[in-house]
Amino acid sequence: MGLSLDITLRFGTFQLALAETIALSGVTAVFGPSGCGKSTLLRVIAGLERGAMGRVALGAEVWQAAGVFVRPERRKLALVFQDARLFGHLSVAGNLQFAARRAGNSPGFGTDEVIKTLDLGPLMARRPAQLSGGEKQRVAIGRALLSRPRLLMLDEPLSALDSQRKAEILPYLERLAGEGRVPMLYVSHAVSEVARLATDIIVLHNGQVSLRGPLTQVLSDPAAVALLGVRDAGAVLTGLVQGYDPVDGLTEVGLDQGRLILPGRLGPVGAQVRVRVPAQDVILSLAAPTGLSALNVLAVTVTSLSAGTGPGVAVGLACGTDRLLARVTRRSAAAMGLTEGMQVYAILKATAVGQQDIGSGGPEGR
Amino acid sequence: MPDLGPLWLSLQVAACTTLVLLLLGTPLAWWLAQTRARIRPVVEALTALPLVLPPTVLGFYLLITLSPNAPLGALWLDATGSTLTFSFAGLVVASAFYSLPFMVQPLQSAFESIGKGPLEVAATMGAGPLDQFFNVATPLAARGYLTAIVLTMAHTLGEFGVVLMVGGNIPGRTQVVSIAIYEKVETIDYAAAHVLSAILLSLSFAVLLLVYTLNRRFPVQAG
Repeated sequence: MGLSLDITLRFGTFQLALAETIALSGVTAVFGPSGCGKSTLLRVIAGLERGAMGRVALGAEVWQAAGVFVRPERRKLALVFQDARLFGHLSVAGNLQFAARRAGNSPGFGTDEVIKTLDLGPLMARRPAQLSGGEKQRVAIGRALLSRPRLLMLDEPLSALDSQRKAEILPYLERLAGEGRVPMLYVSHAVSEVARLATDIIVLHNGQVSLRGPLTQVLSDPAAVALLGVRDAGAVLTGLVQGYDPVDGLTEVGLDQGRLILPGRLGPVGAQVRVRVPAQDVILSLAAPTGLSALNVLAVTVTSLSAGTGPGVAVGLACGTDRLLARVTRRSAAAMGLTEGMQVYAILKATAVGQQDIGSGGPEGR
Repeated sequence: MPDLGPLWLSLQVAACTTLVLLLLGTPLAWWLAQTRARIRPVVEALTALPLVLPPTVLGFYLLITLSPNAPLGALWLDATGSTLTFSFAGLVVASAFYSLPFMVQPLQSAFESIGKGPLEVAATMGAGPLDQFFNVATPLAARGYLTAIVLTMAHTLGEFGVVLMVGGNIPGRTQVVSIAIYEKVETIDYAAAHVLSAILLSLSFAVLLLVYTLNRRFPVQAG
């Protein structure tokens, strides 16, 4: 089942123009700076923007085309808004029931299950006005699940929360993403959230798609440096936990070729972990380095070099099947004589994408 | 003790007018709160007219429109066998026009303050327009309804000019309490005027007190 879009929507001088097919397996992140049209895209898909022109279809079901417009209440999808939008006149239980009653008997999440997964039990009798921001968002997510959607869309569900509340909700979202029972479209402008949850990513810029594809591929694409900014650019690697050293408190994570040593206990042996390697935290060396404090050194091949307008060069690197991204200065690249196909060593400060890096500053804010 | 008939008639007119306006004013207020049509300010201005017009002006036009010589009045006479002017039905029609802004304006601002947010989220959960209106907008606008109902009733109870123009002063049929009081004063029956005025005063105060107490107890409707 795919979501096919061919839409345009004009707001004054801003125009959202997009022709995409989104596979809808797992979590697709819609990423981009504020005002790039991310939220508007979700609203068009939900049928809340009557001014949008073009075609929207889910599989064979056409939601919008010339002369066709399926009302939002008939699309059977859910949208979690940034501001939760709970019904103030109903208790938490009432809010959940509102959704469950209208879901009919379509397959999907059950009430008890959702209450348990999101820990909503203690909140059931409360009114929305008595909930914290994080609690509101959890109820909003639960309510969305109980409407048994065929597609769950989340519009920056964490952006209104402080870093502590974010850390409180992300594990729930991660669990949902991991279960893979409902495809998700996740709008965000925070790389740390996207890196943690998404399988695929669409990068929007000024109302147009500028990059798209599997998350690991897009985030390690040198073209992403210019779009995401120097601070946010960087590859996401997936590895398996191979062991934990309780004395030093370090976890060893195996990659396709090579291994990384990361602080903290990241999970049992065999668990899959995501590791984010910010491009600016990668140092390149021609010779195998010795006598360094850094624990992580990978032998890599230079796959691409792209200079932007600034002093930096984005260097694409391959390490087996894994892709990395480094950002070095133009001068260093010249001094090292970096060329495509060259074998070099990458010295990196890697961070597991976990609770510790969900702070407001993202992984760089350690 | 004066005849309490006029007071009773006033209460009946007020109740009927409020009911009629609830049915007609709600869709009008909803439309005004939602629409982006160019005609909206025109409709808003028309709705607010009774606030600024002297009741005698409104009453004069109503008298002309509702009289059996006019098409509307003639239609009513054919259908019911009685005239609209100088009748209970005529009083209700006239009062409905006179009190229209007191119903529509609080409702409109209540609907506007709810905004599109809760309705949109209800739509994504499968709620159609009527479902959205009755199960989301209406309960969220509860305060607005309370204010609108009380203001409409109170305003209708106290009206004088319009009912005098349209209904005249027929004891037992169209003599409402405000007109009865005026008549008592004119005939220097101050004792009776005192009783009727005091009843009206305490009744109004009691109702307003009840409303403000209830309003305070209503839960805060923040999402």
